Amino acid sequence: MSALAELGTLGKKKGGRGKDAGAASGTSEPKGSRAKVSKKDNRAAFVFLAPWIVGLVCITIGPMVMSLYLSFTDYNLIQDPNFIGFDNFTRMFGDGRFWNSLGVTLTYVIVGVPLQLGLALAVAMALDKGLKGLAFYRSIFYLPSLLGSSVAVAILWKQMFGTSGLVNQLLAMVGIHGPGWISDPSTALGSIILLHVWTFGSPMIIFLAGLRQIPTMYYEAAAVDGAGRVIRFLKITLPLLSPIIFFNLVLQIIGAFQSFTQAFIVSGGTGGPSDSTMFFTLYLYQRGFGQFDMGYASAMAWVLLVIVGAFTAINFYASKFWVFYDD
Amino acid sequence: MTTEAAPHTAHRVTADATASAPASSESRTRRAPSRAPRRPGGGDYAATPRQRVKSVLKHTVLIATAIVMIYPLLWMIVSSFRPSDDVFRAPGLWLTQAHPENYANGWNALTSPFATYLLNSTIVVLGAVVGNLVSCSMAAYAFARLNFWGKKWMFAAMLVTIMLPIHVVIVPQYILFSQLGWVNTFAPLIVPKFLATDAFFTFLMVQFIRGIPRELDEAARIDGAGHPRIFLRVILPLMTPALATTTIFTFIWTWSDFFSQLIYLTSPDVFTVPVALRAFVDAQSSTDWGAMFAMSVVSLLPVFIAFLIGQKFLIKGIATTGIK
Repeated sequence: MSALAELGTLGKKKGGRGKDAGAASGTSEPKGSRAKVSKKDNRAAFVFLAPWIVGLVCITIGPMVMSLYLSFTDYNLIQDPNFIGFDNFTRMFGDGRFWNSLGVTLTYVIVGVPLQLGLALAVAMALDKGLKGLAFYRSIFYLPSLLGSSVAVAILWKQMFGTSGLVNQLLAMVGIHGPGWISDPSTALGSIILLHVWTFGSPMIIFLAGLRQIPTMYYEAAAVDGAGRVIRFLKITLPLLSPIIFFNLVLQIIGAFQSFTQAFIVSGGTGGPSDSTMFFTLYLYQRGFGQFDMGYASAMAWVLLVIVGAFTAINFYASKFWVFYDD
Repeated sequence: MTTEAAPHTAHRVTADATASAPASSESRTRRAPSRAPRRPGGGDYAATPRQRVKSVLKHTVLIATAIVMIYPLLWMIVSSFRPSDDVFRAPGLWLTQAHPENYANGWNALTSPFATYLLNSTIVVLGAVVGNLVSCSMAAYAFARLNFWGKKWMFAAMLVTIMLPIHVVIVPQYILFSQLGWVNTFAPLIVPKFLATDAFFTFLMVQFIRGIPRELDEAARIDGAGHPRIFLRVILPLMTPALATTTIFTFIWTWSDFFSQLIYLTSPDVFTVPVALRAFVDAQSSTDWGAMFAMSVVSLLPVFIAFLIGQKFLIKGIATTGIK
């Protein structure tokens, strides 16, 4: 069971929705054993959790609170933070580059994630159980997702989509004169989205595991009733796979919002040409660690957190209408 | 998802994924139930001509996709043996003449030999791996086996941190670590790992420990073992698959991690491989692509080797917990 599903059941247990009660009790401690070990192990737990608690307080929650405070200050690392109220946020509101970076990242997420997941699902469905060469295909398709976030692959992308890079060399062989993909503002972001789509391997593995869980008897019964391929896909595969599609969707969206390396390397750290690959995170980095405008960077970080949180919340809400739980 | 216990799911997933002959005939039946009956254990090609055509078509499409996917990587390896001019002239994979000097040039292109950066990355990766193994397994034992005050909320907090964007904490973390004098050391990249901040692995291990029968704990307890001993002698030895998955993922992610290494490592003698590669790109903006590809290949080699060795654990880890 995924982290996400588990988080969902934690929330639902409180809400007390009967339908999911079975799933919830399956994941947490079985009732019998709780009765047996009724005494608390507070001291032992504190010892085992000590590193995690220190980490949570000093590395996560503390800095989060601190960055919320800094977002209301003017701070350059040298002088003490100077409280300026909502100035960072009002500056942001009038900052064209901020809005542009938000647009670039949103485009990347809204175009890149569905393309990547669609391809992942299509390939996973093609990799039938017992297909000859299954392990080979799976490895080849999975490998890029391990390498995709590296600087090395970003360097490769920079060459491939350059004016006389690999892509244009291959296009020239069939007589097409391609543009300078990454030097043209209208295609630069597309090249980076393509890199994202190229890493469809890890959601594909999750889909594969999910497809294997669908009982074959459903398909057999549907086929006996004369259902064709399309109907079987729409009426059996999609509903039964929907929790996993949802899971992939939420995680890929959260991950895609944080993309940084590819745009940074391909554009040489500038977000160019003419800010067309200026990802939100890249602009945040430039403001924070390029100009040491730490207050503004913190404010941007909180805006990012709110946006990612909103997307996740919308996803969870919308899931009520299309995600189907079989249990 | 209906299955909960990690180890069992994991085994089933791999067993399914690497299914052999009997399973294959079963899946054929699923796809075409109304067609001629399969011989028990019959091969893929005991099929009607139409099915055979479909199968050939499918493999053609899959192989074509595989080639498109893998071609850039193969081309980069081949190009790393070509003179830089040829990188822009030769889209093919055939190599008329190998130029290993790209590797020597790239190796010595920056202030320190590339070995320094490989060593620095190795230190960071080893620290991160040890840190994650120790701290995440301890936290996971508590969440999976102990009853304590506030457990539900702490567990929820742990799950939420899996999804927290690093940017919300990076600025204060940077301030904290720079006040400790840790900028341009490896401490900011290693110390947090000893504090179980990679919650994803804690979750993975919790899932795994939940699948270990409690009777084993009880037996050890009756023999007088306390929690430390149960953890070290019973649980840890049984959770080696989860530890292996953690090791490989931590290795690959830390090796490729760029953002935090870029922020904390600004002086060339502490550069790790990704930061050094970036410096290389900036320094050589238009020239030595052969050497740049050579060092890129060097930097990907450890990830590729980890993939070959640990593929089983990687796929299990993804299939059961599903991140990245």
